[in-house]
Amino acid sequence: MSNNTTEKVRASLQKRYFKEKVFRSIGVVAIVASLSFLVVLLGSIIYKGYPAFKASYIQLDVTLTEETLDVSADAEDSELRRANYLGAIRTALRERFPEVTKRGDKRNLYRLISSGAEYALSDFMMEDRSRFGQTHSLWLLADDEADALLKRNKDLTKPIRTGENAKNKDALITRLNTDQLGWLQSFKEAGETDVRLASTFFTNGDSREAEQAGIRAALIGSAYTLLITFVLSFPIAVAAAIYLEEFAPQNKFTDIVEVNINNLAAVPSIVFGLLGLAVFINYLQLPRSAPVVGGIVLSLMTLPTIIISSRAALKAVPPSIREAARGLGASPVQVVTHHVLPLAMPGILTGTIIGLAQALGETAPLLMIGMVAFIVDIPNSVTDPATVLPVQVFLWADAPERAFTERTSGAILVLLAFLVVMNLTAVLLRKKFERRW
Amino acid sequence: MSKRILLTASVLALTVSQAAQARDYISIVGSSTVFPFATVVAEKFGKSTDFSTPTIESTGSGGGMKLFCTGIGVDTPDITNSSRRMKASEFEMCQENGVTDVVEVLIGFDGIAFANSVEAQQMDVSLTDIYLALAKDVPNPDGSETLVANPYSMWSEVNPELPAIEIEVLGPPPTSGTRDAFAELAMEGGCSTFGFIDSMEKKDFQAACHTMREDGRYVEAGENDNLIVQKLQANPDALGIFGYSFLEQNSDLVQSSMVDGVAAEFDAIADGDYPISRPLYFYVKKQHVGTVPGIAEYVAEFTAERTWGDDGYLADKGMIPLGEEARVEAAAAVNAMTTLAGIN
Repeated sequence: MSNNTTEKVRASLQKRYFKEKVFRSIGVVAIVASLSFLVVLLGSIIYKGYPAFKASYIQLDVTLTEETLDVSADAEDSELRRANYLGAIRTALRERFPEVTKRGDKRNLYRLISSGAEYALSDFMMEDRSRFGQTHSLWLLADDEADALLKRNKDLTKPIRTGENAKNKDALITRLNTDQLGWLQSFKEAGETDVRLASTFFTNGDSREAEQAGIRAALIGSAYTLLITFVLSFPIAVAAAIYLEEFAPQNKFTDIVEVNINNLAAVPSIVFGLLGLAVFINYLQLPRSAPVVGGIVLSLMTLPTIIISSRAALKAVPPSIREAARGLGASPVQVVTHHVLPLAMPGILTGTIIGLAQALGETAPLLMIGMVAFIVDIPNSVTDPATVLPVQVFLWADAPERAFTERTSGAILVLLAFLVVMNLTAVLLRKKFERRW
Repeated sequence: MSKRILLTASVLALTVSQAAQARDYISIVGSSTVFPFATVVAEKFGKSTDFSTPTIESTGSGGGMKLFCTGIGVDTPDITNSSRRMKASEFEMCQENGVTDVVEVLIGFDGIAFANSVEAQQMDVSLTDIYLALAKDVPNPDGSETLVANPYSMWSEVNPELPAIEIEVLGPPPTSGTRDAFAELAMEGGCSTFGFIDSMEKKDFQAACHTMREDGRYVEAGENDNLIVQKLQANPDALGIFGYSFLEQNSDLVQSSMVDGVAAEFDAIADGDYPISRPLYFYVKKQHVGTVPGIAEYVAEFTAERTWGDDGYLADKGMIPLGEEARVEAAAAVNAMTTLAGIN
C-alpha cells in the first residue's frame, strides 16, 4: 500500500518539478520585463537629458569702449548697466569675420551667440568698472542651435539635411545654414569654442531661450511648496493618528472618520486642486501661483497617506510598552509622548517622506491654482509666484524650440534624483531605527 | 507640538495679510498660442527694466477671459492673451464685473500649418480637399445634395491629382484653440464651396462643417505639437496640423503643404494669402495701470518695432507681424490706452 503511494508520488514528481519551474520562470520573466521597461525609460531620459548639463561657449574679443557701448566712461551705474552691450558683441563678431558685409548675413552671424550674452556682459562690466575702455577676451554662451551641434561634437563640414540631402541619414539636422556652419567651424578650428558644465541650468529661472533656461526657480518653488506641505501636514497628521490610535473610543463616529481618511487617500489629486481654487483663492483670496496655496493643497493630499502610515507605526508598538509605563505611574499623555511616539517615530517619518515624495512629483492640482506659469525671477517667499519641477517639465515639453527636449529630460533627471534621495532616506531610516519586537 | 501649531497659524496669518497687499509684478493669463510670444517679451522686459518679470499662465483663451473679467483688484490678472477676438458676451461679462476700461491690442498672426515630413512629397491641396478628406459627413460623391458618411480613404479619391496615399492626419483635440481655428478657417472654407451646405441654417452648417471624422483617419494627437512633429518624422505618409511656430522651429524636419496654392510661409501669412491663419490679441485692464507697476511699459515693450516689427524678435519666434502701417497705428492707439467701446 505504502509502496503504491511512493510509486504514485515518484511518477508525479517530474510533473510537479516542471510546474514549479514554470511558476518560477513566470516570476523571473515578469521581473525581467519590468526591469527592461525601466532601463529603456531611464536610458532614453538619460540619453536625451545629459546634454542639458553641458553648455557651449564661444570666445570673442569684445571691446568695451565709449564707441561700442554708447556711454561715456563716467556714466552713472544705472546708465552703464543699460549700455549697448548687444552692439559691443555685434561689433566683436563683425571684426572677427570682416568678410561678412550683407545685412542678412550679418543677422545670421549674430544668431550664433545667445541673446542672453548681453546681460552676462553687462554683469561682467558692472563687477569692475575699470574694465571700461579695454578689450577683453570673453567666453560667451552659444545660441541653442549652435550649442546643440558643438556639445555633441558634430562634424560641421557635413551637408545639412534639406533639399536633395533630405534622405541622407548622415547629414546634419540643424536650422543653421552653411554660412553659419562655416563660421562655427572657423571658431572651432581656432580653438575658440568650449563645452563646459552648464551652470546656467542650475542658476537660472525659466527662459524662452533654451540655452539660458534653468531649473532654479522651479527648484526653489518646489522647496517652498514642500516646506508648507510638511509644516501643515506633519503635525496635523501625527495628531490625528495619535488621537485615533491611542485615545479615541471605538464607536460609529471613529469608524466614519476612518473610512473617510482611507477614502481621501484614493481621491484623484485634481479634485484637491479644484478645492484649492474654490476655497483658498476665490474665497480666502490667497494669491494665485503661490507656493503657499500649492503647499496647502498638497498637504490635503498627503494628509491621509501620513495618517495611515503613522497609525500603522503606532499600532506596531507593542501594548506591553504602554502597560509597563502605566504600571510605573505614567499618565496616558506621558505614555504617548515619552514612550509610544519615540518608538513609532521612524515609521511615522518614513510615511511622511514617502508622502512628501508623492507631493513633489504632483502636477495636476497645481494646474488649477495657477502654478503652471512662466517664472523667470527666483521666488523669495512663499507668496511669490512660483512653479515646481514637474510643472517645469510639463511647460518645457510643450515648447516649440527643439533644444527644450534635452532640458525637459534634464529636469526629469533632477526630479528623479530628488525622489530617489527621498525614498532612499526613508528606506535607510527604517533600516536603522526600526525595532522588531 | 503646540509650538508647531503656533508656527502653522502664524504662517497662515502672514499669507493672508500679505495677500491683501499690492502686487508688484504684472499677472498675465490666457491663450497657449500667444504664450510662447508673450513669455519672450516678458523675459526681455524683466531683464532690461527694473520691474519684476511678469508671470504668465497658460490658461487658454476662454479661461483667460473668464479670469480677466472676474473684476478689478490685485487678485485678478492685468492682461489676458487671446488667439481670437474677445466675444461680445465676454465683453458684457467684463462690464458687469466692473472691468469697464479694456484696451485691445492686435499683435500679429499665427498660421496653422498643414504639413508632412520632408522625406515625403509636398502636398498641394485646396480647402475643399481638406474638408472632403477630414469631415465626418461629406456631400454624396454621386452629386446629389445629401450628406453621407465620409467614404474616402485615399487622397487620390478626394482629388485625382493628389498622390495615392492613405489619408492619415494628426491634429489637435477639440479642447485646443488650434482645432477651433482649423475648423473655422480650413474646414468651413472648404465646405462653404458646396452651395447646398452654405445655404443651410447656421447650426446645421456648423455641424456639417466642423465635425471631424472619427474613423481613425483623423488622429487626435493631444495638445503637444512637438509630438505631432515627431510622429510625422516617423511616418512620412501622414500629415499634421499644428501652429506655424512649430513649423518654423522644425523646418528641417517637416514641410508645409500648399493650401490653395500657397505654402505656410512667413510672407504669405503676413499678406493674408495663406488661408489658414488667425489673429492674436492681448487685452489690458486699464484700471490697473498705475496700480500695478510696469503695465504701460510692458505694453510699450510689446509694441516696439524691435519686438513686433518685421525684424523683431517675435518674428524670430514664429509670430507673423502686422503690416507696417497697421503697426504704427496700433502702437499709437495702444500707448494712448484707447479703450474698447464695445464688440459687435
